[in-house]
Amino acid sequence: MSHILTLHDIRDRHREEVGGKGFALARMAQNGMNAPEALCVSAEAYRRFVDATGMREQILMELSRKPFEDMRWEEMWDISLRIRSMFLNTPMPVELHGALKGPLKSTFEGEAVVVRSSAPGEDSSKTSFAGLHESYVNIKGTEAILEHIKLVWASLWSDRALLYRQELGLDVEKTAMAVVIQKIVAGELSGVIFGQNPNDPSLAVIEAVYGLNQGLVDGTVEPDRWVLDRKTGLVRSHNPAQRDKVVVPATDGVRLGALAVDEQRRPPLDQEKIPKVFDLCLRAEELFGSPQDVEWTFKDNTIFVLQSRPITTASSAGPDDKRPWYLSLHRSFENLKALRKRIENQLIPDMVEEAQTLANVNLGSLSERELAEEIERRSAIYQRWVGVYWDEFIPMAHGIRLFGQVYNDAVRPRDPYEFMKLLGDNEMISVKRNRMLEDMASVIRSDNQLAVALRAGKGPERNEGFHKALDGFINQFGDLTCGTDQCTQGRDAMINFLLEMAAREPVKASARPKELEALRHQFFSRFEGDRRTFATELLDLGCASYRLRDDDNIYLGRVKAQMDRAVDEGKIRIQKQRKIDTHSLSAEEVIRVLKDVNFVPEKTEPVKKEETVVEVRVRQLVGQPAGPGIGKGKARVIDQLSDLMSFRAGEVLVCDAVDPNMTFVVPLSAGIVERRGGMLIHGAIIAREYGLACVTGVPEATERIRTGDEVTVDGYLGIVVIHAAA
Amino acid sequence: MVHGGGTLKDTEALKKVIKDLLASQNLAVIATQKEGQPFANLVAFAATDDLKHLVFATTRATRKYARLMADSRMCMMIDNRQNQASDFHNATAIAAIGRAEEVRGTEKADLMKLYLSKHSHLKAFATAPTCALMKLRVDRYDIVRRFQNVMELWMTQ
Repeated sequence: MSHILTLHDIRDRHREEVGGKGFALARMAQNGMNAPEALCVSAEAYRRFVDATGMREQILMELSRKPFEDMRWEEMWDISLRIRSMFLNTPMPVELHGALKGPLKSTFEGEAVVVRSSAPGEDSSKTSFAGLHESYVNIKGTEAILEHIKLVWASLWSDRALLYRQELGLDVEKTAMAVVIQKIVAGELSGVIFGQNPNDPSLAVIEAVYGLNQGLVDGTVEPDRWVLDRKTGLVRSHNPAQRDKVVVPATDGVRLGALAVDEQRRPPLDQEKIPKVFDLCLRAEELFGSPQDVEWTFKDNTIFVLQSRPITTASSAGPDDKRPWYLSLHRSFENLKALRKRIENQLIPDMVEEAQTLANVNLGSLSERELAEEIERRSAIYQRWVGVYWDEFIPMAHGIRLFGQVYNDAVRPRDPYEFMKLLGDNEMISVKRNRMLEDMASVIRSDNQLAVALRAGKGPERNEGFHKALDGFINQFGDLTCGTDQCTQGRDAMINFLLEMAAREPVKASARPKELEALRHQFFSRFEGDRRTFATELLDLGCASYRLRDDDNIYLGRVKAQMDRAVDEGKIRIQKQRKIDTHSLSAEEVIRVLKDVNFVPEKTEPVKKEETVVEVRVRQLVGQPAGPGIGKGKARVIDQLSDLMSFRAGEVLVCDAVDPNMTFVVPLSAGIVERRGGMLIHGAIIAREYGLACVTGVPEATERIRTGDEVTVDGYLGIVVIHAAA
Repeated sequence: MVHGGGTLKDTEALKKVIKDLLASQNLAVIATQKEGQPFANLVAFAATDDLKHLVFATTRATRKYARLMADSRMCMMIDNRQNQASDFHNATAIAAIGRAEEVRGTEKADLMKLYLSKHSHLKAFATAPTCALMKLRVDRYDIVRRFQNVMELWMTQ
């Protein structure tokens, strides 16, 4: 069949080839409904593209690095970024380009369009997964449309689609994507009508905003909402929105702007327009035989139907289904800007103040009961901040992704993570902290007598400045070991660590100002006028997001350190007075022992790792390439934080998940291997800062690799080789 | 301490992977050497149930037989590739490393039975007086999956 069809060419037999959206639009247009002029690029065109370019195999390779069940959402995001980058950088085969170019040019010359996904089955009544694939608004020019067709194809493998791969039946060999290209109708007001409220079948619901629908769909513009009686079409209730924003077409794409004052006062729909919207919905329902969810827009008092799909009641998300939460992490630029303000101006200062207030409490003066209550109070405070971390700090990390996508679209680099270099161009607290450590190590390096005195366990009589710096450091960051069984001997452990640092050459975080300047220039040169301002703001947001992602853990670490301090105080007292081994006591047990003199905690045996047998050896493990480079050395497997203090220069750090509070050993290491996967996790970020090889997402890394194993970390290919047993 | 070691569960799981693959394939590539020059040949093989031995047949006049008589070290590779792009993530390849010897005496009847149960059409060939039934005593299996995941199974004889 042809690779491209008009809405009037489409027949029943084309249903699978043009996807749910394309088919519904064709039916509506053919039945006299007012749909904007559109063309459908068939699923066959997608198949031609992936087969002629070898992309199908490349996608297969990407998706098969490890089983999906073992993948975190972050890893799916990485995969879809790499796939998207392949689509961006793979030219359309000449023959396909030729077949699409002609019709696109003759239909849309000089017009702006919307390029929408139309995956087969996407909009069927059983499965409605709106928003899993991409749509692009206000695209002009044939070449730009062709490029955006590729991006819509790439979104067949978006992280969101990969999360719902089973429901969508995603299969590299079979699944294909059709695309709808629709003339843009720059409506004055737009919205969505749900022909039947899933919670009350007697009602229909309209949501409407000024300007384009985009703001309503992505949640940046709050809609007015009307509830209608399905039988009569009469308005039952109206919930006005706080109207202040509007999405309008910009030179390139769309722009969020302030809403005119008179429109702020007036609801977007009036008594004349509401029945028109309701009538449109009824016509669609009659045509398709079931209640519909219809997108519409008004231009010059004429209503246009933009798309229609069956209403699905299936909310498949059970209480254990975390996917809706992952989907919620996709935040818009505006949403992230507001979130950043809140984090920087309110949440972090509050958290710092809270930790400081706790640090000022003299725990030694508290009675046993008071101390128990203080531990409870601190534990509750810490839990509250953990909640904030999940609800506000983690979503902020999406700023990195948003910047990455815009950067890749504009620059099309060969390395889809090139954008990270620009984000790292501002100092994270963990890097500052590491520099302070490095400064102290260099004092030891240059003062041999100090080194001798430190090794002998002598006090501050030699080099007072060094000891002051160390105390200042501990005051600011804790002694790096709090929360472990070493907390009480932290200062000595820190000195040992600094001696280790001093024993090898200094390492600095990588900074290549010229390269960065060139990258920045390259990025900004792709934007003009208004768009340049957007690019500048987005880079700034991305940098903040990158910095905060690391820093917020450090701040949270400070609150935790204060909780641990109280628990440790309790343990010291218990050990002294009750002669109970406090090593493995939990905070709850410490509280109980402090409150109840008769309570004796049960002894718990530490969980033993499963015995290993001689017959099986792992020689090579595959993860994700997260920091380019190659590193060789003896592995140091970190099972608990205190293991970090035994870390030796030149070892390879192997751990379950690197926390920014752990990254002080990174400058000493030859490479990083992490079980947790993803390019944007702390281990990967800090490895890039220091130019170290890093492989993440290695299943069972800490079980398969043992301290002392000779390993090679191939950060280019994401492979860890375990050499002959040490 | 065992480095890079696996658990008992790993051993069983890995043995099953090997067993299934050996059962699914009829042919294997064997590698031998003479004076440092490597050679490779295709043979029909069968595996003992305990995975300790891989059996194949060759006439004594062949160069591979001569090479193995001179140096018994050999490697046999078995894989399930389909000559498709999907091989890169679907295919499993196993290299069995050990020493080869000609089977003689009482053991021969049992191993011949095993060999012919898999390759009945080779009866005339394998039982000819000029043909030697060979067994590879496996020291180690290297298993490669998902393109780059490599594990080893060490066999105790």
